[in-house]
Formats: sequence, structure tokens, C-alpha cells
Amino acid sequence: MASLLLNGKTVQVDASPDTPLLWVLRDHLGMTGTKFGCGASLCGACTVHVDGQPTRSCVTPLSAVAGKKVTSIEGVQGKVASAVQAAWDRNQVVQCGYCQSGQVMAATALLTATPRPSDAQIEDAMKGNLCRCGTYGRIRAAIRDAANNLEGKA
Amino acid sequence: MSALASRSRRQFLKVSAVAGGGMMIALRLGHVSEAHAADDTKANAWVTVRADGSVVLTCHRNEMGQDVHTSMAMLLAEELGVDPRKVTVVQAGVDPIYVNKMLGGQLTGGSTSVRDAWEPLRQAGASARTMLVGAAAEEWKVGAGDCRVEDGYVVCGSKRAAYGSLAAAAAKQPVPKDVKLKDATQFTVIGKPLPRLDGADKARGKTVFGLDVKQPGMLYAALIPCPVIGGKVASFDAAGADKRKGVRKVVDIGEGVAVIADHYWIARTAAEGLAIKWDEGAGAKVDTAAIFAVLDRAKDRPGFIAKKAGDVGANPGASAISATYSCQMLSHATLEPQNCTARVGRDGVDVWASTQFPQGAQGAAAAAAGVKPEQVRIHPQFIGGGFGRRLENDFIVQSVAIAKAMPGVPVKLVWTRPEDMGHDFYRPPSLHLMSGAVADGKLVAFSSKMVSPSVTARAFPPVVKDGNDPFMTEGLSNLTYEIPNLELRTVIEEVGVRVGYWRSVSHALNAFAVESFIDELAAAAKQDPVAFRMAMLEKMPRQKAVLQRAVQASGYSASPGSGKAFGVAAMECYDTHIAVICEVSGGGDRVKLERITVAADCGLAVHPDQAVAQLEGGVVTGLIQALRSKITLKAGRVEQTNFHDFQLPRMNDVPPVRVELMQSGGKPGGIGEVGVPLVAPAVANAVFALTGKRIRTTPLEDGGVKFA
Repeated sequence: MASLLLNGKTVQVDASPDTPLLWVLRDHLGMTGTKFGCGASLCGACTVHVDGQPTRSCVTPLSAVAGKKVTSIEGVQGKVASAVQAAWDRNQVVQCGYCQSGQVMAATALLTATPRPSDAQIEDAMKGNLCRCGTYGRIRAAIRDAANNLEGKA
Repeated sequence: MSALASRSRRQFLKVSAVAGGGMMIALRLGHVSEAHAADDTKANAWVTVRADGSVVLTCHRNEMGQDVHTSMAMLLAEELGVDPRKVTVVQAGVDPIYVNKMLGGQLTGGSTSVRDAWEPLRQAGASARTMLVGAAAEEWKVGAGDCRVEDGYVVCGSKRAAYGSLAAAAAKQPVPKDVKLKDATQFTVIGKPLPRLDGADKARGKTVFGLDVKQPGMLYAALIPCPVIGGKVASFDAAGADKRKGVRKVVDIGEGVAVIADHYWIARTAAEGLAIKWDEGAGAKVDTAAIFAVLDRAKDRPGFIAKKAGDVGANPGASAISATYSCQMLSHATLEPQNCTARVGRDGVDVWASTQFPQGAQGAAAAAAGVKPEQVRIHPQFIGGGFGRRLENDFIVQSVAIAKAMPGVPVKLVWTRPEDMGHDFYRPPSLHLMSGAVADGKLVAFSSKMVSPSVTARAFPPVVKDGNDPFMTEGLSNLTYEIPNLELRTVIEEVGVRVGYWRSVSHALNAFAVESFIDELAAAAKQDPVAFRMAMLEKMPRQKAVLQRAVQASGYSASPGSGKAFGVAAMECYDTHIAVICEVSGGGDRVKLERITVAADCGLAVHPDQAVAQLEGGVVTGLIQALRSKITLKAGRVEQTNFHDFQLPRMNDVPPVRVELMQSGGKPGGIGEVGVPLVAPAVANAVFALTGKRIRTTPLEDGGVKFA
């Protein structure tokens, strides 16, 4: 049994230490909001936060997150995450939606660290997250929209 | 696109009461036997108005991002007289009544969903509304004409009754034979802004895709398939994999060996330890160079004539040019890898999958399980990217074959990304032999011959007749230009690789060759590429209008100054007219995409914001072909394994995309695939205008440029 600090709660998991966090979340804990896309840190669909940092859970073994705070799409909250998700709604970003958990997690991490990102900073933070439907323009617009709203509320 | 439709069967509505006081509107086919008709209403549900007033649409098309759930709900809500946000959409199982009449099967593809449902779904809504009003009028002893509907209520003067309270009585009303549908000027839902019904959940990780299905007692399977498609297991040694903790079974399914385990990671790591000897079969001889050599050898065959006018051979005095174009294969690369959960029990077979073709899935699963199709229940899920990949049932067959080894237990098969990329039904490779002649600044002769393997010959063999795969003539048979001497041909030539429908199918292959070569002919005629096209569109006002709009919106100029250039392309596809203009900058072999402008006239857009979204996304899909992605084979093995070597466009690769949505009226045209085909030729034409380099192959980076 390993213990995991997930979404503010300690949970016990019966999985081998080499099991990627992605499969611990999805199979062992039944939290399927975090998606499997490539298994090699190439698409970003599996993005979660580990101690606030955007992290690819498909290549992060369970043993590597011992004692660290893990946040998945099911548990992400606070003013930045809320602003991001509201901006996703306003800008009607999603199409198939499969990549969007990872996009929202990446965007939330970006705006937490960099409240007023430049275009280059947005690209840099988001280019690791593939969207096969091609919603990039709306993702970009939604991130700007969320940043504007957060600034207005600050 | 009515290619697959074998026969048209009249459908009519059947309305019945449901337990608890609701009404259910179902579809019936005109010719079903009475025995079947007696109990078909449950299976055929389409629209249900419950006693609590809620409205349920059983959606017979699959949601893969193209907005079909919301668009369908809007069609229904418009005539039923309810707020579309209150419509609950549930996914339909398989039933003959759900057949897509444009395609002849229960499948989602060909940009047909809204076009197919446009009249019948509004009629279903209008019929239900008429019956609800009839019930209220009867109760109130007033004329139906004195009543009106208002967001789920029937209203007459000061009287007001909710649909839910009327539903039971409405179910006993006669089904109207002819209902009058609203005129477009009366629309309050169609064409108006509305958030996607599935949007909020998708931004919060709550949507259940095929990969996310959970069933009680579910186990997981990982498969090691033969590295050569079509190869078989010769022998294997479980090598202790079957003894690992958590492993339930190791199963040889012929095309590969699967490990079933308590958790996916156990199954996956155990599967990697299997020692398998393969009989690779004939596929092991295939490589990319051989594929194109086979196509080249077929180029003198006459093939099928998709369109002809005049005589392309007789143009004395004209200046003639010819060229050969080619397109490399592509993988669908849906972000959700192929997966399927199956349970094979004594009571039948259950299949939970992301599928665009539930009817095909049912037949394939039945064959794999050795049962009748009616013993298979397909539970279609939200699709994490379709693009045509999920018209195929290979992963469903595998999943059922694996689940058979664990009777009564649901087993979820999950492919890895390398497995997905290496075992696709690829977009066909193609060669195009082009020739044309210009005289006095005008195009006097134009011919195109596409040589390519046929998807349809494999997937729907009876549809290919006399050498004509009607999906190969897309973009040819509907060519918009008026050219006095014209000959457009297709030649089917198999190359030993399984090929599949890839978003926009042959429109993209043909448009790349046709619209690039038209540009070459414009240059030969010493004409501006826009003016050259406009001169051939005098009888096509909608096509002319989209080209004009794209020119205006893009700031197009034939000579915008050094270090800048524009490229143009235009066509009709899926009953929609479109023009794309790409602006580039740079020089030498470095090209930066500055902006892509799309003008499209789809007649009428049911959900305009999402029509725009489909065009925006279509452009990005077009960039997959245009920029650098390709699938190549060596010794029968696909050389690309993941997103580092099959490079999908990322945010930094995609320039701003501006969409001008035009609605000239009438019926809706297709929209889901329309944005794709013109991107490669528009970019190639821009590269030529910028650098003077004419690239005749996709991806364009194979032609010696690098996109920044």
C-alpha cells in the first residue's frame, strides 16, 4: 500500500511503485478525468499538478509523488481554475474534449505562475498539449480572457 | 455522398404513451413486419416528453466533437417549442431505423448528420408539438389554432399547461400526417447562439469517453499485435507473464497475444514480457518506395471518368503543361487511442466503445463472438476524436475475442499510442497526373488522373462499380470551374496497405493536385490566380462569392511586397462552397504562416458558432497534411510510433485562422470536413508565390521548405 496526497486528501493505493500516476488515478481510483494519449509525455492529455507544477502523469511513477501534493482535474479549484473553466465556457473552446482536461490543467498552472502571460509565454506553456481537433485559437483566446478577468477581480 | 445508400425506405412517426404519463415519438420504417412493429417503440425511441416536462432526444449520430448532440437538439427544440438547453441527449444504440439515409447505414461521417436529420427531426418536433397543442385544446375546449407554445408550455389566453402535464393525453392524439415546418424567418433557435450542451462537462473532465467506461468487475487487457498488419501469431511463450500477480489470463487471438489483468498497468507490463514468434505474411514486403512504384506503374490505365467535357486532346495553338503530384499516407491519430470494453455472456454480448459506426460494430462483434447481431448490444460513448478512424471495427473485434476468454466478465482493451499509429487504416497514398493548356490567358483544357488504392473497395465492396469508387471522385465530379475541355479520372490501384476514410477523404487528395495545378496554369497564362479562377466561375455565383469574400477578408494581393505572399484555393464540397487564402512571410526555404482566412457558404448554419469552430479545426487538420506529418513503411512496419515522429500541429504551428461564415439560404450544407481540403493547396500556392518553388508533394516539408 502506498499513500497519495490527492486533491487535498490522503488516499491509500494498492499499486506497485512503478505504476504511472495516470493509471493509479484512472484504474485504481476510478478518476478518469485525466486522459491517456501517448504514454510518453508528448501530448499533455494526462497533465496533473504535482506541488502546483504541470506534470505528465503518464511518465510519473507513483513512487515519484510520495509526500507531494497531487491535483487532478477532479480536484482543481480556486480562483484561477474557476476563471480558466469559465473562460473555456465563454469562448466555447471544446470540440471532442478529450485533450481539454490537460489543457485546463496546463492553463491553470500557467496563469497561477504568470498572471499576465505574453503570446510567447502562452505558446511556451501550451505547446506540449496537443489538440487533435484544432481548438488552439480558442484556447489562446480563453487564456487571455481568463487573465483579464483575474486581473479585473484582483 | 449518397454513395452508400442502397435503397430509400419511407419512415414515419409512431407515437405512444410511456409509463408515468409521458409520450414517446419513435420512428417506424414503412416496410417492417407487423411482428417487429408491435414492440418496436422502445428500441426506436427518438424523442420523449416525460411527465415532468423534461425532453429526451435519443441521438442516432455519434458525438466526436463536431457538435452533433447540440445541433440535433436545436433542430428538435426549434419545432417542439422548448429551450434547447433543457433537452437531454442520450446516445442511441443500434436499430435499422437509425440508418443515415444519405449513407445507407447507421454511421456518422461524410458531414451528413445535420443534412440527413434536417427535415425528419424538425418534423418529429413539430408533430409532437401539434399533438401537445391538440391535447390542450381538447381539454380547454378551444380551437388548436387559438393556442400557441412557449418554452415547454401550451398557452391560450390565460390558460397555460406544461408539456409534461399534457404528454399522456397528447400520446392519444392522432399523429399529424403533414406538419408545416417553420420558415427560416421564424426561427428562434436555429442559427442563434447557444453554448454546446456537452461543453461545460468537457472542460471539467466529467465526460465519459470510451476509454473511461467503468463496469462492475471489469478487468483490463493489453495486446501485443503483430508488428506487420495482417500478420499472425506463429507461436508464443508466456515467459512467466501468466504467473504475475494480478494477471488473469494470456490469450492468443490470432493477430496478437493479449494479457488480461486486474489493472491496465499490470496487463501492459506483463504483455511486454511475452515472447512471440510471428508469421508476418505478405505485408512484410511493403515499403513506401514500393507503394509509389506500384501507383506509378498504374498511371497509364484509363480508370473511371468522373467528369468530362469537350476533348482535352484537341487544342491546337494552346500552350500545354503537365505535372505529377503525390500525397503521402497519414494516420488518423485520434487523441483517444483505440479501445473497447466488451462482455461476452450467456445473455448476449455488450460492447462499450467510441464508435462512428454502431451498426458495423454490432455485426463485427457478433461475428467475433459467434452470435447473431441482435444478441449484441452496442453502447456508443463520447468519442475522443473520430476523423474516420472509428468507422472501423478492428479494435471491437479484438476486444470481443479477448473478452470471450473470460465469460461474463467485462474486459477493457486499451491500445498504446505506438500500437494505434502502427495499426491504423491509413489515408491512401496518391499520385495525380495533371495536364492542361492555356490560350489567350484562359484555361482551355484540363485533365487530372488520380491513382490510389480504394477505401470503399475494402470497407463497402458492393459500392464500387465499374472501377468507380464514388469517394475517390470527390472534388472532381463536383469541380466548380467551367472549362471547355475537361477530363477527370480515377484509377483504383491496391498497394498492399489497408486504407481508410480520413476527414474529408478524397476531397483533400484531389484538391491538393487540382488547386495547385490550377495555380500553375494561372502562372502559365500570366494571370492573377484569383482572376484566373473567377473567370471560370461565371455560372457559379455562390462559389464566386466565397472567393470574393476570402479575398476581401484576407487582404489578398498578388504582389504584397517582398517577403510576403498569399496563396488561394477554392472548391465546393459537401454542398458547401469554400475558399481558403493563406498569407505567408519569409524567404528561401523558411516560411512562416501568418494567417489563414476561410470563407464558406454552407447555405444555412444550424449552430453558427460551432460551424465556425468546425472550420477552424478543419484548417488545423488540413495543416497535418500540409506541413510535416506522414506515415511511411519499411519491411511492412509503420516507421512512426508516436507524436515525436508523427508531428501533429501544435499551438505554435497554427497561425490565426479567420472564418467568414456566409449563409446564402436554403438547406444546411455539410460543415464537419469542409475546412480540411484547401489548406494544403493554399499553403503550397503561397509558398510558390513567396519563393518561386512549386512543391508537388505533401507533406510540403518533403519539398524542401521548413515552416517556422
